[in-house]
Amino acid sequence: MADLVNLTIDGRQLQAAPGTLLINAAKEAGISIPSFCYYDGLALQAACRMCLVEVEKTPKLQVACTLPVTEGMVVHTDSPQVRQARKGMLEFLLTNHPLDCPVCDKGGECELQDMVFRYGAGESRFIDTKVHVDEKQWSPIVFYDAPRCILCYRCVRICGEGLGVNALGIGNRGVASEIVPNRGDHLECDECGACIDICPVGALTSGTYRYKTRPWEMRHSPTICTHCSNGCKTTLGVRNGEIMRANNRDHSGVNGEFLCVKGRYAFDFNGHPDRLTSPLVRVNGELRPASWAIALATVAKKWTELKARKSNFGVIGSNHTSNEENYLLQKFAREVLGTSNIDHHRTGDVAGLLQALHGRSNALATTADLYNTKAALVVDSDLAQEQPFLAFHLRANMRHHKAHVYVVTPGPVREDNYATSVRAELGQEFEALESLRERLAAEPELVILFGAAIKGEAVNRLVAFGDSLGIPVKYVCLVDYSNSRGASDMGVLPDLLPGYQPAAEPGWNYDQILAAPDLDALWVVGANPLSRHQLAAKNAFVVVQDLFLTETAQRADVVLPAASAYEKNGTVTNVCGDVQKLSRGPKTMGAKPDLEIIALLAREMRHNWGSITPEAAFAEIRSTVRGYNVPFVVIETGGAAAATPSMDGTNFQSQPELIRPANNTLYTSGTLGRFSKMLNSLMEAPGELYHDPRKKPVVKEGSVQLETTRTEK
Amino acid sequence: MRYNQPSPLEVRVISQHFDLPNSTSIETYLANDGYVAIRKVLGMTPEAIIEELKTSSLRGRGGAGFPTGMKWSFVPRNTGKPTYVICNSDESEPGTCKDRLLMENDPHQLIEGMLIAGWTIKSNRGYIFIRGEYRYLIDIVDRAIEEAYERGYLGKNILGSGWDFDLYTHTGAGAYECGEESALLESLEGKRGIPRMKPPFPAVVGAFQSPTILNNTETYSSIPVIFRNGGAWYAGLGTPKNGGTRLMCVSGHVNRPGVYELPMGFNLMRLINEVCGGVRNGKKLKAVIPGGSSSPALKANECDIPLDYDSLAKAKTMAGSGGLVVLDEDTDIVAVALRTMKFYAHESCGWCIPCREGTTWLKKILSRYHEGGGRRSDIDLIGELAANMLGRTFCPLGDAAAMPTAAFVAKFRDDFEAYLEKNKSAQAPELAVV
Amino acid sequence: MTFSPALEARFEKLLNSYPPGRQRSAVVPMLLYAQDEIGCVTQELVEEVARRCGVTPLQVDEVIGYYSMLHRKPLGKYHVQVCTNIACQALGAEDLYEHASRTLCVGNREVTPDGLISLEEVECMGACSWAPAIQINYDFHHHVTPERFDRLMQALRDGVYEKERDTKFSNAVQPTEPA
Repeated sequence: MADLVNLTIDGRQLQAAPGTLLINAAKEAGISIPSFCYYDGLALQAACRMCLVEVEKTPKLQVACTLPVTEGMVVHTDSPQVRQARKGMLEFLLTNHPLDCPVCDKGGECELQDMVFRYGAGESRFIDTKVHVDEKQWSPIVFYDAPRCILCYRCVRICGEGLGVNALGIGNRGVASEIVPNRGDHLECDECGACIDICPVGALTSGTYRYKTRPWEMRHSPTICTHCSNGCKTTLGVRNGEIMRANNRDHSGVNGEFLCVKGRYAFDFNGHPDRLTSPLVRVNGELRPASWAIALATVAKKWTELKARKSNFGVIGSNHTSNEENYLLQKFAREVLGTSNIDHHRTGDVAGLLQALHGRSNALATTADLYNTKAALVVDSDLAQEQPFLAFHLRANMRHHKAHVYVVTPGPVREDNYATSVRAELGQEFEALESLRERLAAEPELVILFGAAIKGEAVNRLVAFGDSLGIPVKYVCLVDYSNSRGASDMGVLPDLLPGYQPAAEPGWNYDQILAAPDLDALWVVGANPLSRHQLAAKNAFVVVQDLFLTETAQRADVVLPAASAYEKNGTVTNVCGDVQKLSRGPKTMGAKPDLEIIALLAREMRHNWGSITPEAAFAEIRSTVRGYNVPFVVIETGGAAAATPSMDGTNFQSQPELIRPANNTLYTSGTLGRFSKMLNSLMEAPGELYHDPRKKPVVKEGSVQLETTRTEK
Repeated sequence: MRYNQPSPLEVRVISQHFDLPNSTSIETYLANDGYVAIRKVLGMTPEAIIEELKTSSLRGRGGAGFPTGMKWSFVPRNTGKPTYVICNSDESEPGTCKDRLLMENDPHQLIEGMLIAGWTIKSNRGYIFIRGEYRYLIDIVDRAIEEAYERGYLGKNILGSGWDFDLYTHTGAGAYECGEESALLESLEGKRGIPRMKPPFPAVVGAFQSPTILNNTETYSSIPVIFRNGGAWYAGLGTPKNGGTRLMCVSGHVNRPGVYELPMGFNLMRLINEVCGGVRNGKKLKAVIPGGSSSPALKANECDIPLDYDSLAKAKTMAGSGGLVVLDEDTDIVAVALRTMKFYAHESCGWCIPCREGTTWLKKILSRYHEGGGRRSDIDLIGELAANMLGRTFCPLGDAAAMPTAAFVAKFRDDFEAYLEKNKSAQAPELAVV
Repeated sequence: MTFSPALEARFEKLLNSYPPGRQRSAVVPMLLYAQDEIGCVTQELVEEVARRCGVTPLQVDEVIGYYSMLHRKPLGKYHVQVCTNIACQALGAEDLYEHASRTLCVGNREVTPDGLISLEEVECMGACSWAPAIQINYDFHHHVTPERFDRLMQALRDGVYEKERDTKFSNAVQPTEPA
């Protein structure tokens, strides 16, 4: 490393790496230089002029956000001249600002307010008429109020540089300059709302949140998004038990500032009027509301009877429930019901990968690896749609570290804009990989992310290909739902126990459970197998735990209303194995977390499991599940720690026919997505994987409706 | 075409061909020492060329007055990147109308100047960026470029040197800001004319991310004659460090407004009285805006001054683009200040806060003031707001708006005060409730 | 979208005048030249220019908003631009503009009902020494008095403007002294 540069800021002797921008050198030392347009990780603008500082021996004030430190530099960030400049700048900014803070969504968490409070003038000398432009709605999600806009261009940059969407631009010039959307009067984009979140003022507001509440009326509850497998932290703003918004303002999750449309806006399934709020028990062929006591007793009684008759149980677990719930579910199945007939909807061959990698450590890539590795290869995934945060992360790696990205996909993907792309039909991936061999082998290291087309024997082949490159290679098996990895890691599988230990006697798998004519009881927790499959056993006793009366729940004998992931504590494991904490935000009266339901059922079945709490279950997982002895403090404080599962590589037979990708686009999310009014109101929804951007945009028939109010419950 | 009578006091160096019949044709140019300089230069090293330019003490005629030889010396050699030669013909500074004449009457002189720049940095490509309003000049310059290609002064292997140079015209579409060199480059690249962050300067990272020589039309047009007659000869026409002649565009209240080529350092009062026949209608002189609307006005008693970069800088104004607006005693300075600020508010690109908001606020104050709603405190407010812009904006446009405005209120405070007297009934309340 | 052969030829030349991969450079000239032919910048033109220059329509939109000569609504057959900047102002340009607005019965950037003439108050157009100046489309007219203005407008209405432009309305001054 080059020698550090010595400089003085506000009388303090400091050192900084050569090339460090003055604003960052000051920040490192705890000296705050205000700015609007400077934003870590995005292109420099020098537009807001808030960061002007005095540098000795230069005649004019200097812009700290673009000025690299130099040896012997003497800087004053709080001199009378600097203070006067900041005050003057804010006075300029406020001349055309509407000052409608009392009704502005941003009031209370507005950077302009804070800046004026700290540095500004309490009175204005402006007595003339302000420029006014009416507010515009660009999509069900994005509203733009030009007079509030301070033109820091953060939104333009996050959309273009960050997301690669480039849906926002700058229109007009001079004082009439404003942000403009890509389709003239409306937006056609990812609807991710990153522009809204990054806006320092209330210029960009969201259809889900605007004019609903004040920031200080909400409880801010950080948890993990329950849609895709990327495990983005989302902070739920909860007022009176209702989610008012989701964002990630503290940027403390693996996802930094990223959230997609689902993480930020598709929380509304949670408050959907169709949420189940009471257990239902089938009486005379009809599901009728019942008390929890009666419903639980009905289930326990039936199961006890069936167990006594050595009946066939089948358990289908969830891709959305917590690790603790998955762990207890398989424990319940194996210990209480005495069955190994347990499985879940598998969306990627995680076990197959672990088997292929048996005997080696450090071959699974963590989320952070995607940002730090020199090269990445994506095989068979429309990453920007199916794994939106991973796509963002890789893009950031490319932008910040010049990482090389390669994709092998059956159709066009957004990564094509910056990656080396090869098109390969399903099953032809390896020919395509060979064509990239030389370039990949020339990379210093590589992360390979592969989708559901690579399963069974193909996983071994892919790992062999990786080995043959002669460089360090790490892998990510792409799975699709918020806790797909957790379900697999926790042994919600017929042949593998938690931590991928082989089961003594494998039970029926997913397809076998559904196809068995002699199945006596089916217990479905947070899954909807009957939306796509038939249940062969016509007379089986079916118990379903879910948020909604799904196709499967409609077939049930007992339906137990479950809490959503946003309504419970626990942990989930993302696609890269990072374990993170769920914490309860809102509450739906009448519903219970699956963990509580499982515990209550255990008690009803006279099994003394002691006090069942998410914390206790997590402690048990940490101490018993291989690869899950993750640092407690990291998880507890809202951090992410990678689980390191492994397999001994014996006796395991991958079952590729059971691996079925969810094929969710950016705007679909399985059952949850069906109940998100916001997702369904988007003109971009449902979208299409591998969509060619040169073709006409995908617009759903009759989908262009700009409605912003949620149905009252 | 000539639009005003020449003056016998002129020193016709770069305008020497203006009155020749068919002055735009290559035959005329060749018959009058045209393309002699490039033949000479093709035998010179870049160092020698730059040295000659430094000797000539030619300074940029666009506004900043930066020594041209020095500017060329900043272009890095052998970077492996292509290099470009760009002509700034986006003449938009209010008061200025000289580049128009140079292109209209002697396009080959400009082409030859650019060729010399091209050879100096071994560039293979140049562009003449002509403002959109000068649409007719594109046809004239395009025709001249065609002629130069036909005669082998452009294209492959120019005059057997083995060096290729292509030249093209490019049009703007109405934006003063594109006269700022980095904004011009953005515009050339098909973008909004938002200036770039500096450093790097265009010499190092200019057009298409490559090293670039970028000069004004008049600067390039001055170069052939320097190499025909020598740098020392050229320098001798002007004053020390201010070599040569320049086209001075005189407008406003004089008897004979017009564009006149005069040596650097020519006295302003002589220009008004002897070249332009004095102030119109026997009126007294009130002020002169000496270098385009961005330059602070000189009061009548400050006008006995040599017109060169250094003398005007010493008088806290600037030679700028050579656009001189002469204002007589009846001039309403508030109206001039307002019109000036309207211009900058209209032309501010909007990128940075102080320029975008400052120009508009000042325009509003001046507009209200002009309409009779002024307050006494506005006079100081105008000065303070100008000071809050000065030196704090992203590019020089903010300074260009602030400097003349600050000078108007400082030098012509009486005029502002008189407005208050005249419009007592209409004044806005002194204490604004916000 | 199709243009006249002359314009197509110009576009081709234009696109070839920039370094390889830099065809975005043609956006501004292409818009201006096309606008000259079709009257204004239509959405169709935006898409076409975006396609030809390899940019997104949004990038073209951004450019259109920035440059004051590009306009989305048609102007008159003759666009009359009156400069009122300081040099012209000093010689009565503001009165000239008022006169123009009053006699044409149109405001700034408005078109006469017959679509013949539109009026615009513009910034300095580079005719300061021969002020006050106006431009009719791209033609400069110097030393324009209200009377001269009226004669010009009459010539537009009578359809004789093009014929008389370089004769009756010439700006040229013959030098009286030898050059």
